This record gives sequence, C-alpha cells and structure tokens, in this order.
Amino acid sequence: MQLISKFSRSGLMLLLILLIMLPFLISSSYLTHIVTLILLWSFVATAWAYMARFGMVSLGHGVFLGIGAYFPTLMFNYWGVTPWIGIFVGLVVAIVIAAILGYTCFRFGLLGDYFALVTLAVAEVSALVIMALREITGGSLGYTLRSTGRLADMQFADKRVFYFMALILLIGAMYIWRRIDKSPVRLALTAIEESEIAAASLGVSVIRYKMMITLLSAALTALGGSLYAQYVTYVSPDTIAGVGVSLSVCFKAILGGMFAVLGPFVGSAIIVSLEEYVRISLGTSFLGLSQIIFGVSLLLMIIFMPRGIMGSMSMAVAKRLNRISARH
Amino acid sequence: MLEIQNVTKVFGGILALTGVSLKVGEGSFVGLIGPNGSGKTTLFNVVSGAFPPSKGNVIFNGQAISGMPPNHICRQGIARTFQIPQPIKSLTVAENVMLGTIFGSQQIGTACGLDRAREEALQWLDFVGLKLDPESYPDRMTAGDLRKLEMARAIATRPKVLLADEVLSGLNRDELKDASGILQKARDELGLTIIWVEHVMHVLMKLVERVVVLNYGMLIADGDPASVSKDERVIEAYLGRH
Ligand SMILES: Nc1ncnc2c1ncn2[C@@H]1O[C@H](COP(=O)(O)OP(=O)(O)OP(=O)(O)O)[C@@H](O)[C@H]1O
Ligand SMILES: [Mg+2]
Repeated sequence: MQLISKFSRSGLMLLLILLIMLPFLISSSYLTHIVTLILLWSFVATAWAYMARFGMVSLGHGVFLGIGAYFPTLMFNYWGVTPWIGIFVGLVVAIVIAAILGYTCFRFGLLGDYFALVTLAVAEVSALVIMALREITGGSLGYTLRSTGRLADMQFADKRVFYFMALILLIGAMYIWRRIDKSPVRLALTAIEESEIAAASLGVSVIRYKMMITLLSAALTALGGSLYAQYVTYVSPDTIAGVGVSLSVCFKAILGGMFAVLGPFVGSAIIVSLEEYVRISLGTSFLGLSQIIFGVSLLLMIIFMPRGIMGSMSMAVAKRLNRISARH
Repeated sequence: MLEIQNVTKVFGGILALTGVSLKVGEGSFVGLIGPNGSGKTTLFNVVSGAFPPSKGNVIFNGQAISGMPPNHICRQGIARTFQIPQPIKSLTVAENVMLGTIFGSQQIGTACGLDRAREEALQWLDFVGLKLDPESYPDRMTAGDLRKLEMARAIATRPKVLLADEVLSGLNRDELKDASGILQKARDELGLTIIWVEHVMHVLMKLVERVVVLNYGMLIADGDPASVSKDERVIEAYLGRH
C-alpha cells in the first residue's frame, strides 16, 4: 500500500512538472488550447466527482456550469461589471441554488437514481430558462463576450494565462480532494452513502455533510464554468448548460474513474482529445456520431469497468504487489 | 434518567407500540423481551430518533428528545446497536469505530485529527476484544465479530445509555459468552445504563436485574427476572405464539 502511494505521489509530481512546462515547450498554440480545455474540464469533472464518489450522482451540474458561465458574461456585456466580480456573483448564485436544490433533495431523502433523475430534470430546466430569456441570453444561438483585451476585464493577450489559471484550479481541486480523504468528512460521507440511519445513529449529521460536499462541488463547478466562458468568450446552452454538458462531465469522470483523484483528469484528457480528433478527421458532420460512440462506450464502461480507468489500474497494481509480497 | 411516556407508534394500520411507559434509572441493566414483532426494535427506533413516536414522549435527563434527529440524540448520550449489524463496508474496522469517536460525542468532535480518533478507536476495539486487523474491511467477518464491531462503535460514542438490540442472535456458545460479557463490562466499567433486547433468554435472565416484557406493542410485565419468568401473562405471551 505504501509503495503504491509513493509511486502515485512521484507520478503526480512528474505530471505536475510536465504540465507547468508544457506551454513553454510546445510552440503550437492549438495544442496549448487543447490542454487548456482538458485542464478546465478536468477541474469541473473533479468537482463533480466530489459528490459522485460518495454516491451522490448528479446529472445536473450543467446548472452550476451555466450559472458560472452566464452571470459574469452577461453582467459584463450589459453593465460593464468586470468578470473578476461577475465570477464571484456567479459563485454565490450557484451556492444558493445548490443549497436550495440540495436541501430539498436531502430533506426528502432522495437517494441514488431518484436524486440523479431530479438533478437531470433541473439541468433541462436550466437550458429552458436560458432559451426563455433569449432576449437577454441569446437563447440557443449563444452569446459572445464583448472583447476589450483589458486585463481588468479578465482578457489577456497571452491565452496561456488561462492555461495556468485552469491548472491552478485543478491542482487546488485535487488538493482539496486529498484533504477530504484525510479528514472526518470522508468517513462521514462514506458512512452516509452506505447507511444513512447507521451514520446518523453514530452522531453524523447526514444533511450537514451532504450539503457541505454539494455546495463545494457546485461552487467549484461554477468557477469552472466562469473560467471556461471567459476563455472561449462564447456561451450557449449546448456547450455550457443543460443536459448534454451535464452528462459529458459525468462521462469524463466515470471513464477516468471517479474514485481516484487523477481519474477525472485522465477521463477528460482522453475524451477532449478524442473529440478533437473526431472533429478534425471526420469533420463536423460526424459530431453526432462521436456522441453515439461516447454513449455506447459509457454503457460498456459502467458494465465492465465501474471504477474507471484509474480505479481498475490501481486495483491491478495492488493485486500485482500483493502477489509479489506473498511470494517473499 | 430515561423516561418513556405513553409512547404509541402506528405504521399504516399496525399498532407497533401502544401507550408504552417505562422509567429507567441511571446505571441499571434492563432486559427488554417479547415475542417476534412485539415492538422491541420499534421502541429502540423511537428512543434513538430513527422515527418520531405517533404519540407520547421520551424524556432524557429532564429533556424531551422525541422528534429529535438521531444524530442529536446520539450526542445527547444515547447509543444503539442494530439488530442486523450495519458495518460500513467501505471503511476499515478501525474507521467504523472512529465514526463513533469523532461524531458521537461533543467532547472530541470533528476538530481533532484522525490520529487521535484512531487511537481511541483501537482502545474500544480492545475493550470489546475484537482481535481482527483494524485496517481490514468488515466484509467477511463472523457473526460474533460483527456484533463486537457493532458494540465497539456504539460504545465509542461515549453514551450514557446503550440500547443493545439482539447482540446474541446467530452466535455460537463461545461468542455468546463474549458478547454478553461486553455488555456486563460496559455496565460495570463504564457505568453505562443498558437496555438489552434479547431472545436468548437463559443468558439474559442471568445478567439483567430487571426485565420488561412487550407483547403486541403493550408492556405486560416489569420486574426482576425471577418474578417475570413466573408471570402468567408472560408465559402465555410466549406459549401462545409457539
Ligand atoms: N418501519 C416499519 N414500517 C412498518 N412496519 C414496521 C416497521 N418497523 C416495524 N414494523 C412493524 O411493527 C411491529 C413491531 O416490529 P418490531 O421490529 O419492533 O418487533 P420486534 O419486537 O423487534 O421483533 P423481533 O424480535 O422479531 O425483532 C411488527 O408488526 C413490524 O412488522
Ligand atoms: Mg427487533
């Protein structure tokens, strides 16, 4: 066990150094762009897995992405409020919405599939709201951020700034993940997942811990949405709110493995790269095809590799090590 | 210190408890018996806050606790074990007990690090005599070990009252002695007040100083073991079912 953690720690350090150097090593701004997207989605998928790894599978995180993306964008375009403040507003709104949704679900004891279904419906509603307010939000056509190129408006001549912002957020999210692992919060949430009544009878406040992780997950997701919108300077219900993006976030985390801290990153890296590959090699006409491929492979994943790539790998390594140590 | 006042619990059309009143003094060791389905577990569920009573009150140290959520009641000092053990399978044996040490009492709480909680958890594992690797997972434990873990976890919350639900069911003879010994020890060394639901009568009768009998959700007898086992209504309640 110790060997594994030592192994994964040095692996993490290596990865980190590589990621820090990458924008300086590669001259292609296109590649940097792709890796920026990977980092952004890894961050969001990691935040999503905060909940999912404790059995709270939300299919509605598009809501928080959307809030995070639309609030600073609209506030900037209409009122000239700098996104530095707009992001904060989006964050607060996301937390408030998460608190209302979460409390309602947890109060009524919505678990598992029921929780997933309710959050899915909420994601759909968020897209509908954006459509309904098309006068303001641009509806399904989306909405483009006004360009000023000023630092005060969170616009940078060098796009690599976003790369590093995303990297810092991702590292932060992974750090919090590790901290949770080493804190009573993990014990509480694991117990709650298996038996709410057993947890409660040992003094664990079920609603408090569920709320805590939900608010954290929603806040980080909104932050990811904000940064994404500022980066691509374009928001639309398809790319940043609603059911589609909610599901694609889950898929990234599940593919990589939502129980491993690196899982969501690995999943995001694979999917973002594949999506780009499909887009370039097959053209936009096959966008639908790639969706189908992803859908089918998600199904296969859940059936054959429920712990995802990272989960299966660490299990295989653990088995190996056990066998080796058994021989000695 | 614990007073159950006229508690009634209705499930749909079933009267699981009908006007049950019971006073339990500090440090007492009470056996709660009755045929299957007589409402024993339901009474524990009401007292521990798993659900509120339909009518009546539970008073603990002068404070009404009925209707409080179970985590508050636990922190007030009432712990329970489950008739069907409920180990958290994806936590280690030690972590299961740590749940109790961390969340169960106001004294330690979540502020203290996991290390101190672990140390204390190991002491409770020792207290109940669970000799498994504390870092193993409770997925393939024997019935006896499961009961021990269940008790260690409950005692780790540092309760004043322990509600023990059938800690002996499914155990072999050695395990019977171990498990009942833990209750005795918890009473003697920790000064716990214990209410113990049990079907293994010959063990229970030897240990407790008072026996309360439920039948069809009604309290039909209350007294010392000798007189209760001679009580006609009690004999009838048991014979009537067999
Ligand atoms: N959550 C519940 N919902 C509906 N009915 C319940 C519930 N819990 C208990 N009952 C019913 O209440 C009655 C009393 O059940 P309870 O579990 O309290 O009995 P018990 O004395 O613990 O029995 P046993 O010795 O078999 O454990 C039974 O008729 C049972 O079916
Ligand atoms: Mg029972």
